[in-house]
Amino acid sequence: MQKGDLILKLRGVTKQFGAVTALQDIELDVHAGEVVALVGDNGAGKSTLIKTLAGVHQPTSGSIEWCGKPVTLDSPGTALELGIATVFQDLALCENLDVVANLFLGHELNPWALDEVEMEVRAWTLLQELAARIPSVRKPIASLSGGQRQTVAIARSLLLDPKIIMLDEPTAALGVAQTAEVLNLIERVRDRGHGVILISHNMEDVRAVADRIVVLRLGQNNGVFTAETSHQDLVAAITGATDNSVSRRMARKLGEPA
Amino acid sequence: MTDAQLDRADSRVRHDEGLSGALRAFIDRVRSGDLGMLPVLIGLALITLVFSTLNPVFLAPNNLVNLLFDAAAIGLISLGVVCVLLLGEIDLSIGSMSGLSSALVGVLWVNSGLPMMVAIVGAVLAGAAVGAVYGVLRNKFEMPSFVATLAGLLGLQLYLLGSTGSINLPYTSPLVKFGQILIMPAWLSYLAAILPGAFMLYSGLKTMQRRRAANLFSPGLSVLLVKAGVITVALLACVAYLEQGRGVPYMFGVFTLFVVALDYALRRTHWGRSMFAVGGNAEAARRSGISVKKIRLSAFMLCSSLAALGGVFAASRLASASQQAGTGDVNLNAIAAAVIGGTSLFGGRGSAWSALLGIIVIQAISNGLTLLNLSSSLRYMITGAVLAIAVIVDSLARRSRASHGRA
Ligand SMILES: Nc1ncnc2c1ncn2[C@@H]1O[C@H](COP(=O)(O)OP(=O)(O)OP(=O)(O)O)[C@@H](O)[C@H]1O
Ligand SMILES: [Mg+2]
Repeated sequence: MQKGDLILKLRGVTKQFGAVTALQDIELDVHAGEVVALVGDNGAGKSTLIKTLAGVHQPTSGSIEWCGKPVTLDSPGTALELGIATVFQDLALCENLDVVANLFLGHELNPWALDEVEMEVRAWTLLQELAARIPSVRKPIASLSGGQRQTVAIARSLLLDPKIIMLDEPTAALGVAQTAEVLNLIERVRDRGHGVILISHNMEDVRAVADRIVVLRLGQNNGVFTAETSHQDLVAAITGATDNSVSRRMARKLGEPA
Repeated sequence: MTDAQLDRADSRVRHDEGLSGALRAFIDRVRSGDLGMLPVLIGLALITLVFSTLNPVFLAPNNLVNLLFDAAAIGLISLGVVCVLLLGEIDLSIGSMSGLSSALVGVLWVNSGLPMMVAIVGAVLAGAAVGAVYGVLRNKFEMPSFVATLAGLLGLQLYLLGSTGSINLPYTSPLVKFGQILIMPAWLSYLAAILPGAFMLYSGLKTMQRRRAANLFSPGLSVLLVKAGVITVALLACVAYLEQGRGVPYMFGVFTLFVVALDYALRRTHWGRSMFAVGGNAEAARRSGISVKKIRLSAFMLCSSLAALGGVFAASRLASASQQAGTGDVNLNAIAAAVIGGTSLFGGRGSAWSALLGIIVIQAISNGLTLLNLSSSLRYMITGAVLAIAVIVDSLARRSRASHGRA
């Protein structure tokens, strides 16, 4: 896989939940060594798109190509095997299992006689890379803070050395240092030649790492931008109007005497 | 202890080292609602105290030997119940399945003249098939296991036995001997009592070595020695006491082997990890690439197969297959044993050992009440009450765990 090669290609992907059309005719390309940011308002369909790629939801119609070949992502296992790893917005961790068990869930070392020592060592190494502040990897997930859980979910996505990592608001609950580490990590993953899809509501983070910014609005593509695009233009694309609550608020702020 | 250890970097965590540390960690766990085997051990002590004061025969070695004979069949059934409970499912047809299986053995072996082993294997396969049906109903049609197995409870009837209603198993056959007289030789019993401690020590030392090499913390040798020592002494004492009577029944030994095997499978294999994951959060398990449907299917099949094998054990204990087999309090006892032993009704928590400890409690109650000449309906009521207490303890512990962040 060369840097710049097309890994993932979506055309006309539509997803309906009964009467709700969550995604309509979505187009998306992800290349090797590229960070694609996926932005949009609440309910725009970002998580639904990611879940479709993770094999959690099946698209109602449309085609997905993986490294030039059409694929059907009929289960999360299929997506993982292809090399699509996901950090879900709701994290999807098992609260009754400890950190090590969650990290290796579904991919334990030595399936007939679990190698707990080796798994624990790998867990600590991985967590240290993320500057994680986790007191013990032998405590159940239920005892961790929101940010610690998020770190565990991110660490888990890295475990299988995927070709594409999809992160759904990975830094929403993270502290400053941990957010910086996640951004560093995204860049490291990209430099290794993997693709990254990042969902975030934080435009600063998005601009810091994204090569392209794909905007979704009401389940449809609403333009592709770069980090150089002005803030107004991005907000306009996200909200669908140049006159929106963000711009009005800005104008009010500027108009007010200091 | 240096700070260089991988898992000792966070200064906020109290690291419990040595014996006192292990004890402190244990007390912490219990306080937060992670009760483990504690309630069942306390319950057992109480039961022993009450029944032995009411009737000293209760503690006579041979009475305890009989108790173990009686415990094996329902214990096996309860072991299957642990599997489905771990997933947060239930199987209410275990009693009927065990009855059907004993009838199958009677019909295939005694009436049709097939070899005994073929009949037993046939009965267990029938169990697996019934479990597969439940699994498919749950997976394909999302039918709650409670409903599917309730239908099974009523549907798995013993028409096989015809109008006579019962088949006597030949008294001199190995199957009946197994259920009534076969006792492990003393040396084997003592060996079996020593093995767990020895294995614990061996694997503990190996893990310790590996953890040290990997720069991970490992609890000291003293903890390991005390644990292994306590287990060995306790088991040896039990065996020595039983040897004053007839000794340890083979039937109970075989049951214990099944418990050990399931315990290994649940704690040390990919399958077991997946079981706990599906029980804790099925959607998270699915997204990790685990085939939730296969795990469910395997649990239901295992449960029904163990229920069928339990039915064979019961038939061998009673030397007959009758229409009464698997009715009455079999369901109640098997499910109660798993829950009393500490397997949660809510899924995701439990252990194979809970079947063994739980069934000993149940059988002790039933045995004690029989010695007091109490009627069977009273026995049901008391067992039911004990189950209710166990469920309350389970719910309270669950709430406490939630507030202490232990899931
Ligand atoms: N399982 C589901 N069943 C029915 N409707 C759904 C389902 N999942 C999502 N939707 C609908 O699809 C739309 C898109 O939801 P989605 O979660 O993808 O939004 P999002 O862009 O991730 O929003 P947010 O920024 O709040 O996370 C919403 O209108 C939502 O109600
Ligand atoms: Mg979302």
